[in-house]
Amino acid sequence: MHVMDKVVFEIEDNAALTADVMRMRLRGDASAVKRAGQFVNIAIDGLYLRRPISVCDFTADSLTIIYKVVGEGTSRMAAMRRGERLDILTGLGNGFDAEHDCRRPLLVGGGVGIPPLYRLAKDLVARGRQVTVILGFNRAEEVFYADEFRATGAEVIVTTADGSYGRKGLVTDEVRDREGGFDYFYACGPVPMLRALCEATPADGEMSFEERMGCGFGACMGCSCKTASGSKRICKDGPVLRRAEVIWE
Amino acid sequence: MDRYSAVRRLYGNRDMAESTKYDLSTHLCGVRLDNPIIPASGTFGFGGEYDDFYDINILGSVSLKGTTLHARFGNPTPRIAECRSGMLNAVGLQNPGIDAVIAEELPRLRSRFRKPIMANISGFSVEEYTECCRRMDSQEQVAFIELNISCPNVHNGGMAFGTSPEAAAEVTRAARRVTTKPLIVKLSPNVTDIVSIARACEDEGADGLTLINTLLGMRIDIRRRRPVLANTTGGFSGAAVFPVALRMVYQVAGACRIPVVGCGGVESAEDVVEMMMAGASAVEVGSANLHNPYACRDIIENLPKVMERLGIERLEGIIGAAHRG
Repeated sequence: MHVMDKVVFEIEDNAALTADVMRMRLRGDASAVKRAGQFVNIAIDGLYLRRPISVCDFTADSLTIIYKVVGEGTSRMAAMRRGERLDILTGLGNGFDAEHDCRRPLLVGGGVGIPPLYRLAKDLVARGRQVTVILGFNRAEEVFYADEFRATGAEVIVTTADGSYGRKGLVTDEVRDREGGFDYFYACGPVPMLRALCEATPADGEMSFEERMGCGFGACMGCSCKTASGSKRICKDGPVLRRAEVIWE
Repeated sequence: MDRYSAVRRLYGNRDMAESTKYDLSTHLCGVRLDNPIIPASGTFGFGGEYDDFYDINILGSVSLKGTTLHARFGNPTPRIAECRSGMLNAVGLQNPGIDAVIAEELPRLRSRFRKPIMANISGFSVEEYTECCRRMDSQEQVAFIELNISCPNVHNGGMAFGTSPEAAAEVTRAARRVTTKPLIVKLSPNVTDIVSIARACEDEGADGLTLINTLLGMRIDIRRRRPVLANTTGGFSGAAVFPVALRMVYQVAGACRIPVVGCGGVESAEDVVEMMMAGASAVEVGSANLHNPYACRDIIENLPKVMERLGIERLEGIIGAAHRG
């Protein structure tokens, strides 16, 4: 039993990366965050349920999250300022397995599924892996964090659906072209992208999924999904599932 | 630190608490609870998820995830929708089935939880309820059986038994025959006359009543023009339902002799006091656990402060206080 205390974080900064994607940096005890791909659950005044957001990067006493403004919760987050305090549950979910035995991992991210891959790229490079990252967006104005990914030491390819930045096309076009050039993949993005990825390559890998959550820590069974190894809770047994477990519905 | 040190610490704490001025203990169907706080079924799993947050031995009891005869995956997702001051759920009784609960979950919980345990039973036929009760009756570690005849999220079962006095009577009578444990029937608020259903259960030998399960509700995603929940409708719970729950507890406690467990929208120690004044002998805390996993701990810690403010020394003494002229 490890007892996690209530943690209050203070906002260091909260700035727009694109028209509707924001980055919030927070200071507070993040020691419960252990792996890339875990998430935090943020209490927002006036809203009943917390908002689960993936962790982009962390240290023992800081957190970086990147979120897209899509609804009431994220709109309120977008209006928050430096110095405001937030009640956050941290260290939730399983996260990616950066220890997986591979030499040339491929990281594939789509849109707001990209942030958790940032810390993963850093961890994999630090482990001496030859890392390739493919980031997919619709158009140039939506692109964020390409330079930050490049700074990790990974090879970075950006695709846009309309060709206004990087390679024109989908991440899966790039994946097909690189078949044989990677021996494992890590992915996060919309389900149609994840599914297309699995159709594009026979390689093994792991993917992070999203679902509407009640609690975020495994108690309410609100986010269950069927997998080849039985029912799993996206919040507690996920959000990362191994390819062989995934059942596409 | 060995594995029992937490328990020793707890008993030490409890002795200290008992030596203070404020007595939080209560009785439910003859069973003493150190305090009236019980996490409500469906918001606490089988207890394990809260180990990360606090020592669950501070609780009065725990009501386990609703259990059916066979394993159930439940409804498709989305199963959760937020509402103003509350939420909808349409989980649909996901559970591993009674055999797995008895073989795995109960021993796992018992190994670290020393308080009375409330098993929550659901079903799709009188026979299923009866069989589940019969099996739980033989489990020594189960102190109470809570009969859930009020789940709004499954079809052809659950709530159907809780919406007419005749059906409620039938399932209570059948369950009563197969268990000598305290039998507490959890009622649905989605009825025209809660008192007639409560009386029907009491007449058939129920030892207690839990009020209330969730209110049937719905949300629509106005961008997609579709219901938010894959199940279309779901059970509404959370702070917003508190006055409805309180009213039903008050009505039923005034009309029945058996004890009532208050449940619905409880978020604070003040809410607990209010529920008890309405007639609740114990109080279940549900959705509050989901947005604040420390909710039960916070409430238990705050109860003595609220009692001090209100001049209450013995919590059990205020049960039904609002009924006395």
